Amino acid sequence: MAFIITRRESLRLTAAGIAAAALPGSASAQVPRADVAAPNLPIEKGATLRILRPARFVEPDEVIFRANTAKFQQTTGVETRVDFVGWEDIRQQTAVASNTGSGPDVVIGWADDPHVYVDKVAELSDLAEYLGKRYGGWTFLGEKYGKRDKTNNWIGIPFGGTTGPIVYRKSAVKEAGFDKIPNEHPEFLKLCQALKKANKPPGFALGNAVGDGNGFAQWLIWSHGGALLDEAGKVAINSKETVAALTYLKDLYPTFISGTLSWGDPSNNRAYAAGDVWLTANGVSLYFALKNDPAQRAIAEDTDHQALPFGVASSAPQTATMLNAMLFKHSKFPNAAKSYIQFMMESEQYDPWLTGCLGYWSHTLRAYGKSAVWDSDPKLEVYRNGTDNKFWSGYKGPITQASQTVAAEYVLVQMCASVASGEATPQEAAREAERRSRRYFRG
Amino acid sequence: MASPAHTLRQTAVAPAAPAWSAKTPQPTWLVALFDWKPFLVFVCLLPAVGLLLAFLAYPLGLGIWLAFTDTTVGRDGQFVGLDNFEYLFGDKLFWQAVFYSVFYTGVATVGKFGLGLYLALLLNNHLPFKSILRAVILLPWIVPTVLSAIAFWWIYDPQFSIISYVFVEVLGWRTTNIDFLGSAWPARWSLIAANIWRGIPFVAISLLAGLQTISASLYEAALIDGASGWQRFRYITFPLLLPILAIVMTFSIIFTFTDFQLVYAITRGGPVNSTHLLATLAFQRGIPGGMLGEGAAIAISMVPFLVFATLFSYFALARRKWQQGEAND
Repeated sequence: MAFIITRRESLRLTAAGIAAAALPGSASAQVPRADVAAPNLPIEKGATLRILRPARFVEPDEVIFRANTAKFQQTTGVETRVDFVGWEDIRQQTAVASNTGSGPDVVIGWADDPHVYVDKVAELSDLAEYLGKRYGGWTFLGEKYGKRDKTNNWIGIPFGGTTGPIVYRKSAVKEAGFDKIPNEHPEFLKLCQALKKANKPPGFALGNAVGDGNGFAQWLIWSHGGALLDEAGKVAINSKETVAALTYLKDLYPTFISGTLSWGDPSNNRAYAAGDVWLTANGVSLYFALKNDPAQRAIAEDTDHQALPFGVASSAPQTATMLNAMLFKHSKFPNAAKSYIQFMMESEQYDPWLTGCLGYWSHTLRAYGKSAVWDSDPKLEVYRNGTDNKFWSGYKGPITQASQTVAAEYVLVQMCASVASGEATPQEAAREAERRSRRYFRG
Repeated sequence: MASPAHTLRQTAVAPAAPAWSAKTPQPTWLVALFDWKPFLVFVCLLPAVGLLLAFLAYPLGLGIWLAFTDTTVGRDGQFVGLDNFEYLFGDKLFWQAVFYSVFYTGVATVGKFGLGLYLALLLNNHLPFKSILRAVILLPWIVPTVLSAIAFWWIYDPQFSIISYVFVEVLGWRTTNIDFLGSAWPARWSLIAANIWRGIPFVAISLLAGLQTISASLYEAALIDGASGWQRFRYITFPLLLPILAIVMTFSIIFTFTDFQLVYAITRGGPVNSTHLLATLAFQRGIPGGMLGEGAAIAISMVPFLVFATLFSYFALARRKWQQGEAND
């Protein structure tokens, strides 16, 4: 499902950009938008809304989100309550809301959830199409996670995503004889070996780390042309591409700092900040933690980001953790809820939020690529198009609950870890991953 | 206030009846019902039974039911019979978790009781600052498990371990950090060490209470008979301690076998599932993995082990023969 910007769309985008630039002083002045008639959503009388979303990344994430909600309440008179829930709990709460048919009207949950509860969520096509037209179209992952598989029906409104490219120390990579992170596997291996030799080792999580562990395992497989599923959604992990990827890992793993088999999500952040690890993969949080700490300023200066090495893939083999808003059919005030989502996505609200989040969230509507946040620091460039990566969890198949289970059960991470630790041969590990995945994808 | 007619009748009847006889009020049906003992017992038990049913029996029954369905988080399941158990029977990871749960419980229990008993015997002596020492011993038990687990997580960290720091930077005995949690066996032993550390106080304090119930006159008699220290322990302390030892061990085995927090906070079952206990595996499959049915099946499969462990420690250790010698039935 390729995403193509037509020439007409890009023309309109430019025209809108000029129009928007003429607006004086507004925070969203540089975000171009087209004049498109908004869907007609008469708000129900006496409407109240309950919204559920994951806990904040950085403080402004919550502060600005709440301020925008208050603004919505002021303009529309709809009493709106937002609850921030821990990242690991929101999926269960979404499940309960969906099963019992009560609770929050809108859940801004994780990427796959609207696809899992597809029978319980309302269609949002009118809203999504309006937003797409107004803001220069949806990014690849925005569209992928917004639309129901193989249809043009939108069941979610992706709010943003966070992605984990390579974070590296410029000085170390230069010392190893490279200007930037090479895209080819043999060259990347050479870089890592040279780093190890210089006692400035790389490190990627191979422990039970939901974000970082899966990010690395997926990169390894995708960059070798492998995939968990084929287009029809059948388990295809036991392939020669996977075996090649795991064989490559056997050479790559010895260059890592020791202990990565027990790394959790925060481990690489700590090791990088301590100067123990010189190349890893992470969201922008690591960079900002360093930049904002005077004692770590030198490391921050020396840090840069780059997309994960392509390998045989034609674009960066990484995905993004997406925030996806869904409206439950059980909501008594669907128009109010849709108006809320629309309000939050409009540039008067969205741009300050995006900017306040400092790049932790990447936008899903292309026009926000012009947001001031992406020019605030040249090192954020790789995050600008964070949700335009062409890979998703469960690639190349449809988005299902099972692909989510595979990630939560660390099937791919453990496949890699068992090879790295020497417990299993690449062939055995691929077979075991196939056996486990099949269980989740049965019927 | 009595009506005139009533007074009249009273006066009329009075000469026939003996004076001052209190008139027994005719009990209503409600009073009669409450005076009926079986009903009263039933009513008084009702709140307790209700609580037990709602908060113990129902979740347990639901758990057993879920184990026979393919329920996932967010979708009601169908009855699938023994399918979950059949899958688990062929699942290497499940058997790995069974093995480690038994191993973890076995080794940690031996460790806890060895060290706990030793500590209890020490504390039973007259030591300076006895009360303070006893209070300090309880600390690992008082600290919430998650906190101590996080402390151990740091102690075992591959990069920032205090132990590694001491060996590498201070003593210079090693050049690389110790990789506590990076491979299967070191990770398993590290977790057992953390569990023993946490479990000792419970054992030590309980056994200390047991020790203090043993009458000093027995030791005096033994001393007069010329018994050695070992003999006093073997023939007085140990047999008299056995009943409480049985109870404490039963509890300890249950706590250890169903341990969750330490493992989940320190390794999450890693590296490569080598440190999953049945409890952590059940949670991992059921909640983050979303396979509620399978998770419930794993949890239910703990029951036979627990029943066996309980029966073993309770009946075997509490047998009179063990306590009082073969001939003393």
